[in-house]
Amino acid sequence: MKPLRVWAVARKEFTHIVRDPRSLGMGIAIPMLLLVLFGYALTLDVDNVPLVIWDQSESPASRRLVSGFLGSRYFLLQDYVHNYPGMERAIDSGRALMAVVIPPDFAGRIESGRSAPVQIVVDGSDSNTATIAMGYADMVALAYSQDVAVEATHRIGGRAIQVPLDLRPRVWFNADMESKNYIIPGLIAVIMMVIAALLTSLTVAREWESGTMEQLISTPVKGPELILGKLLPYFGIGMLDVLLAVLMGEFLFQVPLRGNVALLFAMAAIFLAGALSLGMVISIVTKSQLLASQLAMVLTFLPSFLLSGFMYAISNMPKPIELVTYLIPARYFVALLKGIYLKGIGLEILALEAGLLALFGAAMVLLANVKFKKRLV
Amino acid sequence: MIMWERIKHMLVKEFIQIFRDPRMKGVIFLMPIIQLLVFGYAVTTDVKDIATLIHDLDNSIASRELVSRFVKSGYFHVVEYTDREDRARELLDRGNVGAVLRMNKGFEEDLRAGRTSQLQVIVDGTDSNTAGIVLGYSSKIAGQFSADLLTQRILRSSGPLGQTGRVAVETRAWFNENLESRNFYVPGVIAIIVMLITLMLTSMAVVREKEIGTMEQIMVTPITSTEFILGKTVPFALIGFADVILITLVGVFWFEVPIRGNLGLLFVATALYLLTTLAIGLLISTVSQTQQQAMMSTFFFYFPAVLLSGFMFPIANMPEAVQWLTYLNPLRYFLVIIRGIFLKGVGPSVLWPQMLALAVMGRVALWLATKRFHKTLA
Repeated sequence: MKPLRVWAVARKEFTHIVRDPRSLGMGIAIPMLLLVLFGYALTLDVDNVPLVIWDQSESPASRRLVSGFLGSRYFLLQDYVHNYPGMERAIDSGRALMAVVIPPDFAGRIESGRSAPVQIVVDGSDSNTATIAMGYADMVALAYSQDVAVEATHRIGGRAIQVPLDLRPRVWFNADMESKNYIIPGLIAVIMMVIAALLTSLTVAREWESGTMEQLISTPVKGPELILGKLLPYFGIGMLDVLLAVLMGEFLFQVPLRGNVALLFAMAAIFLAGALSLGMVISIVTKSQLLASQLAMVLTFLPSFLLSGFMYAISNMPKPIELVTYLIPARYFVALLKGIYLKGIGLEILALEAGLLALFGAAMVLLANVKFKKRLV
Repeated sequence: MIMWERIKHMLVKEFIQIFRDPRMKGVIFLMPIIQLLVFGYAVTTDVKDIATLIHDLDNSIASRELVSRFVKSGYFHVVEYTDREDRARELLDRGNVGAVLRMNKGFEEDLRAGRTSQLQVIVDGTDSNTAGIVLGYSSKIAGQFSADLLTQRILRSSGPLGQTGRVAVETRAWFNENLESRNFYVPGVIAIIVMLITLMLTSMAVVREKEIGTMEQIMVTPITSTEFILGKTVPFALIGFADVILITLVGVFWFEVPIRGNLGLLFVATALYLLTTLAIGLLISTVSQTQQQAMMSTFFFYFPAVLLSGFMFPIANMPEAVQWLTYLNPLRYFLVIIRGIFLKGVGPSVLWPQMLALAVMGRVALWLATKRFHKTLA
């Protein structure tokens, strides 16, 4: 392998990129734009759950329960409804996500020391939001019951009674439970995966389609030199993207970066080498820009989005699908980024992920070299 | 004046071109099914069997009783008991456990003496969604435990008269009784897979002719630009429909997602949705100079379309400005329609605004594509 020839190919490829400023702009501007847009827009924090209340009791006791709901920052009152069709309409149309139905005998039951059923109806179609909202509703109800009990004993004049158990929740690595803190590292991984594969997936196919491959074949350049030369400029763009993304995470979104920055970039370099080579392999195997772009999109975006643990926890998936996720390089990069960003851990814990990522990168580079044949077919 | 004869020839040519490469058949018909099978299983936010570490320093009847309530709830799965202080840090760092329950020495004694005991719950916040759900479960279990003991205390201090009123919450989830996240996500996965296929096919359709140079040959034929655009749309519309039918069948029969609404309505809505995605693909194709540009633009459209559609992230939580942006997203409307028909069984009286929006968007995009194409011819 002669560095001079590698350099020549790299320069040629670089000229291609510069000559098409729109593609270059897309390679750099798109990832940044997406990160800004999604960084602001995407949150899974459930608050202000739109709520309707059907208070059939209309008593001081029921109003107190209602104010428990309204006082919580998790609920946002849309309306009071006064009959079943009203409640049904509110939930069917999506205007309310939850309805609280307080029965007519609520006050009587509470005062006579019995259990008073309150019905909570949630729109279960988004089961995730529904589960969280139901958790909030339970908390409001429990707090109400406890208050009633403590007050009742005061009234009877008994000894002041203390609440038996105090739950002290603590959230590690992300104390305020801000979803942006884990969405942004995950986003960086997904965006880089797709951009990297898209950047390279057309380069070889284009040469075949436009016939310039024949000219390349007639030059003394060797296969590995050609591949390396074609990878280098895109690797530069990719690393620039990672740098910009990390800077944005730091200054724009204030995602805490607790681990080692050098480790982060080292891992990003390995990941990029693998992802770019994957695009290259696709390009070499298909020799057609149409098929190459289809494959690149299909193999990168949705798998990285859905199977990497970015949004859907891998531990919740069935075993066979969990095994499939080991084939998704973004899985390792997401784990590495989350670990380095939020937990501040290093290679002593992340060795497996780093190793598998390196293995993936090496396999892709090797595959690209094996599959590329410098001859006319 | 549209000549159907010319469009027919064009259709034949397009189909030959698409399927000339036998691998394209796999990409078009097999890939969506495989994708749905894999993603359908992967997309779940149901939190159960949370790996839990018990750090019980009291090891008393009361503390064990509390732990057993966590286990019996079905959400927590104890993987280890420990008395080492640093074990929690170790396991959380490695991601081996998602929650730690910690009770100090004197837990039971405090309870007996009528004081307040503490239960510390530590959760892994690297996925704050799961963390929030785990905390919700914990506070429910701990709250119930506390309420039971409170009743005992009151009985002890004030006799049987001391029974106090309490709220018993009865929850009912409509449209998805067991709160299965799969029912919510599978229709969405169908919508995003179909969008990807149709966008990719059409966005390459016109620009490839430009790049290879066959566009000039088409220009010297008597075909008009409307006929040309129609000829480029219809084959992909047919392919799109075939894909929708295939993967809907997989969703219904394999994943057992209920279809409560009208199938006919689903087809009408799908036709409108396909019209929109195809038209946007064509528009991308007419404004692009190279296939690479077309692909980048497709990605630039598709990625935000998926993330800002309400597929995973609720639109109501987004900033106002971004919410306005989502009105330009066909996927946003189609998700409401497909989930409405699948899960809620609602009809046109509820879904007409979304269907109207899709129809308008599709028409406008198609008009723009035809207009842009005029320019290229000139």
